Amino acid sequence: MILNEGRVIVELMVNHESRTVTVRPSDVLLDVLRGQLGLTGAKPGCKNGDCGVCTVIFDGWPVKSCLVLAVEAVGHQILTVEGLGGVAPVQKAFVDSGAFQCGYCTSGFLMVCHALSLNKPRAEEYEIEEWLQSNLCRCTSYKEIREALKTVFQSLS
Amino acid sequence: MIASDFIYCRPDTLKEAATVYAKLAGEGKSPVYYGGGSEIITMSRAGSIAPGAVIDLKSIPECKVLEQNGAALMIGGAVTLRSIRESKLFPLLGAAAGRIADHTNQCRITLGGNLCGTIRYREASLPLMLTDAEVVLYGSGGERKASMLTIFRERMRLLPGEFICGVNIDARYLYAPFMHIKKTANEKIDYPLVNVSAIIIDGRIRAAFSGLCAFPFRSMEIEAVLNDKTASISSRIDKAADLLPAPALADAEGLSQYRIFVLKNTLCNVLERLRHDFK
Ligand SMILES: Cc1cc2nc3c(=O)[nH]c(=O)nc-3n(C[C@H](O)[C@H](O)[C@H](O)COP(=O)(O)OP(=O)(O)OC[C@H]3O[C@@H](n4cnc5c(N)ncnc54)[C@H](O)[C@@H]3O)c2cc1C
Repeated sequence: MILNEGRVIVELMVNHESRTVTVRPSDVLLDVLRGQLGLTGAKPGCKNGDCGVCTVIFDGWPVKSCLVLAVEAVGHQILTVEGLGGVAPVQKAFVDSGAFQCGYCTSGFLMVCHALSLNKPRAEEYEIEEWLQSNLCRCTSYKEIREALKTVFQSLS
Repeated sequence: MIASDFIYCRPDTLKEAATVYAKLAGEGKSPVYYGGGSEIITMSRAGSIAPGAVIDLKSIPECKVLEQNGAALMIGGAVTLRSIRESKLFPLLGAAAGRIADHTNQCRITLGGNLCGTIRYREASLPLMLTDAEVVLYGSGGERKASMLTIFRERMRLLPGEFICGVNIDARYLYAPFMHIKKTANEKIDYPLVNVSAIIIDGRIRAAFSGLCAFPFRSMEIEAVLNDKTASISSRIDKAADLLPAPALADAEGLSQYRIFVLKNTLCNVLERLRHDFK
């Protein structure tokens, strides 16, 4: 059984690298990624699981990092937008489709779209809609984001 | 950031979980079982709870089971809503799970966490009430089983230190004709204004509701009037709406009169759509 009390030193696998951090068990993953690892791509937004700007990929599935404890991530694979390296098909598609305005929500949308393209390369229309509903874009670039994702699926098929 | 500190435990067995709970409770640490953490983290951040310890159930094999074993489907308490939905093993529960929060949150929210959460909707309870699932509980006294209809009365009635290890659903109910309709006030992703789950078993309709009153419920009185073939559909629905176990909610999502109006329309839709299976 794992039992963490007080400040603990743990190893996290982030973007395929092992990183050592000192955390309190009540620290959320978002704060540790940003504050200790300098990975500021995951943004703080509502911090309540609603907006999706803090989305990262946890063992292949999107999660809101404001609702994950850092200690829970031990032994799991975390991928942040920095781990996409600027070369993921979704990133190119977002640029080509102009799928952002202010850009604050972009990293969260990229992670959801990347996870969807990996998990469901033949995603149906209703699945695309459901996955994208997890994130908010206050500039309302929804149409362009959807178009960007569609171009990724076209290139996969 | 969560201002308070807590101890994080991740037991590997049911017994370890119950034992560490008893130990921490004895030390005055007010432990809580931890599933997906979505409610525990948001409430801790807001300062409305301050547990001294959280006991994460996700490494316990029995809490992660999702399989059909002959006569029953077994779903562990720490199985996520996404896994339940994607398994397609119990489409009615999958439909209800697919309307709780949003897809990304469904990758974390667990069945046990939804059933035991403090948010009044607990939408995953409806299919389990309709199929009177067997709830497997574990605590300091070991394992105990209870039927969903006896243990879920407005909320889960667990003994101190007990947690949901899993639920078993009778296989004959899994693919019965069903409907699950969640009506929200505005956005698709929102808390329910009215949530209706219905299933047809042996030619009779069973119905359960959430969002309508302060707690989710299944009512035998309402089912009796909905199954009364001597009455017209509209009079059955009017009678059903008069039999709510508590006043209809009135809040920011909608006034009570509006909720009743939406309930009647939704029931009409359900009865109409299921009429071929419903003799
Ligand atoms: C953005 C957002 C939108 C939401 N929308 C909806 C919605 O539309 N409908 C709805 O119904 N809910 C909604 N919720 C609430 C959500 O359903 C709950 O937060 C969730 O169900 C809690 O599940 P969890 O696994 O994260 O539980 P946790 O946060 O881990 O735990 C919740 C409670 O359950 C207890 N618990 C957890 N697992 C067990 C177990 N196995 N045995 C006994 N006790 C246990 C915990 O001690 C705690 O008291 C929403 C939440 C968020 C963040």
